[in-house]
Amino acid sequence: MSGFLDRMLGRVRLGGWLAVAAPVIAVVFAVLITSVVLLAAGKDPVEAFTTLADYGTQPRSMAMILNTGVMYYISALAVAVGFRMNLFNIGVDGQYRLAAVIAAGLGGAAVAPGVLNIILVIVVAVVVGALWAAIAGLLRVYRGVSEVISTIMLNAIATGLGSWLVSEHLGVLTGNDLGTRPIPDDAHMPGIPLIPGTPVLVNGFVVVAVLLGIAYWVVLNRTRFGFELRATGKSETAAVASGVSVKKMIVVTMILSGAVAGLIGMPELLGASYKYSNNFPAGLGFTGIAIALLGRNNPVGMAVGALLWSFLDNSSNQLQLLDISKEIVQIMQGVVVLSVIIAYELVHRYRIVAEQRRVSRELAAPQEAPKAEATA
Amino acid sequence: MKILYGMQRPDEGEIRVDGSPVGFHTPADAIAAGIGMVHQHFMLADNLTVLENVVLGSEPRRGGVALDFAAARKKIKEISDAYGLGVRPDVPVEELGVGDRQRVEILKVLYRGARILILDEPTAVLVPHEVEELFDNLRGLVREGLTILFISHKLDEVLRVADEITVIRRGTTVATVNPKDVTSRKLAELMVGSELPSPETRESTVTDVVALSVRDLTVRTGDGRPVVENVSFDIRKGEVLGIAGVEGNGQAELVEAIMGMRPCEVGTLTLGGVDISQWSTLKRRAGGIGYIPEDRHRHGLLLESPLWENRILGHQTRRPNVKGPWIDRAGARADTRRIVEQYDVRTPGIDVDAATLSGGNQQKLIVGREMSGDPVLLIASHPTRGVDIGAQAAIWDHLRTARAAGLAVLLISADLDELIGLSDTLKVILRGRIVADVDPANVTPEQLGSAMTGAGEGV
Repeated sequence: MSGFLDRMLGRVRLGGWLAVAAPVIAVVFAVLITSVVLLAAGKDPVEAFTTLADYGTQPRSMAMILNTGVMYYISALAVAVGFRMNLFNIGVDGQYRLAAVIAAGLGGAAVAPGVLNIILVIVVAVVVGALWAAIAGLLRVYRGVSEVISTIMLNAIATGLGSWLVSEHLGVLTGNDLGTRPIPDDAHMPGIPLIPGTPVLVNGFVVVAVLLGIAYWVVLNRTRFGFELRATGKSETAAVASGVSVKKMIVVTMILSGAVAGLIGMPELLGASYKYSNNFPAGLGFTGIAIALLGRNNPVGMAVGALLWSFLDNSSNQLQLLDISKEIVQIMQGVVVLSVIIAYELVHRYRIVAEQRRVSRELAAPQEAPKAEATA
Repeated sequence: MKILYGMQRPDEGEIRVDGSPVGFHTPADAIAAGIGMVHQHFMLADNLTVLENVVLGSEPRRGGVALDFAAARKKIKEISDAYGLGVRPDVPVEELGVGDRQRVEILKVLYRGARILILDEPTAVLVPHEVEELFDNLRGLVREGLTILFISHKLDEVLRVADEITVIRRGTTVATVNPKDVTSRKLAELMVGSELPSPETRESTVTDVVALSVRDLTVRTGDGRPVVENVSFDIRKGEVLGIAGVEGNGQAELVEAIMGMRPCEVGTLTLGGVDISQWSTLKRRAGGIGYIPEDRHRHGLLLESPLWENRILGHQTRRPNVKGPWIDRAGARADTRRIVEQYDVRTPGIDVDAATLSGGNQQKLIVGREMSGDPVLLIASHPTRGVDIGAQAAIWDHLRTARAAGLAVLLISADLDELIGLSDTLKVILRGRIVADVDPANVTPEQLGSAMTGAGEGV
């Protein structure tokens, strides 16, 4: 009864080793396809992959991969919250950028000292992200506007609003870079010397990301709210009949997704650039969508996906040393996502058949237990 | 019907058109053989004109690409005039009434060259004078040599329009009769089957305490048409109130209104004396209404979730499933095991998905769940539909036991044996209104069948 979309978005469980088999198959498949492309371009795939692997295992690169991965992971979590109940928050991108602009402006003004300033910046970012996402939730509930459309539109509006805020109100010109006033030194998030053998520190937000991942899992799997959210995602009709207020769930879930989205820019803002300028990373929201698909909304799966993505992004420049276009990495990323979706679908079908067979085998003893209905 | 129209393939047997055997793989094959279907739910694009709707999918071409609307318009006019359909080709469908839309559907089929028309419950959406018009149209078609297969639950209509009647019950042909030789009573008997298991005599457990009281409940569709109209009843503790009726006469809407899933106008709606008309579905459930939904796959289960999570569904505010805002896994799992055991749900464990169980076992799980937490009222919609005989008997037993313990039950069913056997009081619903009160102890299924189909004398 579950649709292809349910399975694609990971609202259907996969048990045990099967859950691991699918992404592994997908990555292997992506490597194969990429090799074919490389061969077609007259390059040596073995050399290319060795270069990528060599680069990715150096301590310095590992720290950098982790730092980018933290942002990707938070973005994936924000997207996944919506996916779990059939909400497509395409607006994560606009939500985090607008949140970062306003939080950066406030942090730069240094209205509070030290740690208080950090907390203020984070809280403001979360609130701005949540409010921006709430617009789409309310439009959906009260006006029936698809959240896909409204969040895409809101992305464009957020871009305009952000530029206006920076150029007219919050921005200062440093050299020829227009950005918000830098956040003072006492309000920087300290880095962690997590990886030995390199002076590059790991962003302190890695801790926040891990906590968020745990919170995501606990809320979804262990609370009544999470149960209602998942039930709504699996079957809206059954949720309605069970007394779940779907409208309320839509608004609350959008707000939650936007709140998490508000955090995406924080590692960069409080741990790296300390201001919002033209160089602030863009497009993280869309990366998050790909990673949520890749990790099937599973907190561990998404962590692996975020690191894989970050590894490919960070090491792509190395390929230029071999005179290989770094865009080959984008082909690989695309193929990974597509093949992971196909692999999950195949694994899912296998699992359904296997489980039905198991159930009828275990029930076969007492009487003819017709199991045909389960496929209906 | 689906087989005749090529939507489904037969396991055995053959279909002959004009004496020669045919096999259909798709509806297109059926159309090619001259069989056309008029669906119960119209399949028209509102924003296109009648002409555009009719030609959609079989557009007349001119010179390869261009559409030849002139030719199409001429052909539509011809067909419309030949059969007296009175269809205007250039009106947008959204401006048409239900009767006109149906004529467009018929024309669509004729345009594709059908000589045999299947009409699936064509009168379900029509008001009486539109039914008359439809019958006139049908007689016109038959005069022109077409064959019509008219599928309906409504006996009086079948008797009036048909030249020959075939009664199908549970997928087999029961009888083929001539409408001139048969009364509606006899027809109802054939439809229902006269072999009734002797309704067991049992002690009445009906008390004087009213559990649910409904006064003047009306449900309207989006366009303001009432689908449930001024329904009133009381159910006392220990009483089973049965609602008999052909499906689609407002039962589903009535249930959803009582559950708070559908907006309605209601005079009074009280549960145990407390006004619940403004309560949310969740509050009504927590207040003691158990609900066995008509469609267990859509409303009763999360098919891709394990049994113990399904145990929580609809009971997510109550022990043993939750402690405060937290899901109580241990509690829910233990209670799922209890249900599996007490209600004889055949499953290898509580961690398998609900989808892997047979329909009967899924239903037993739902019954067990809805009986949990001491409900005051149980709404049971078709509680044994699609369930094997063993599970059916078990579910009936559970309902009787609960009734003896003081549960009030609202039973909706299309199974007349079930209604007569279980109910203490029976009401008949027709076109959204309660049209008769019946004493289940003295009624025969034939009488009940006549009342349900509005076939005359009532009971």
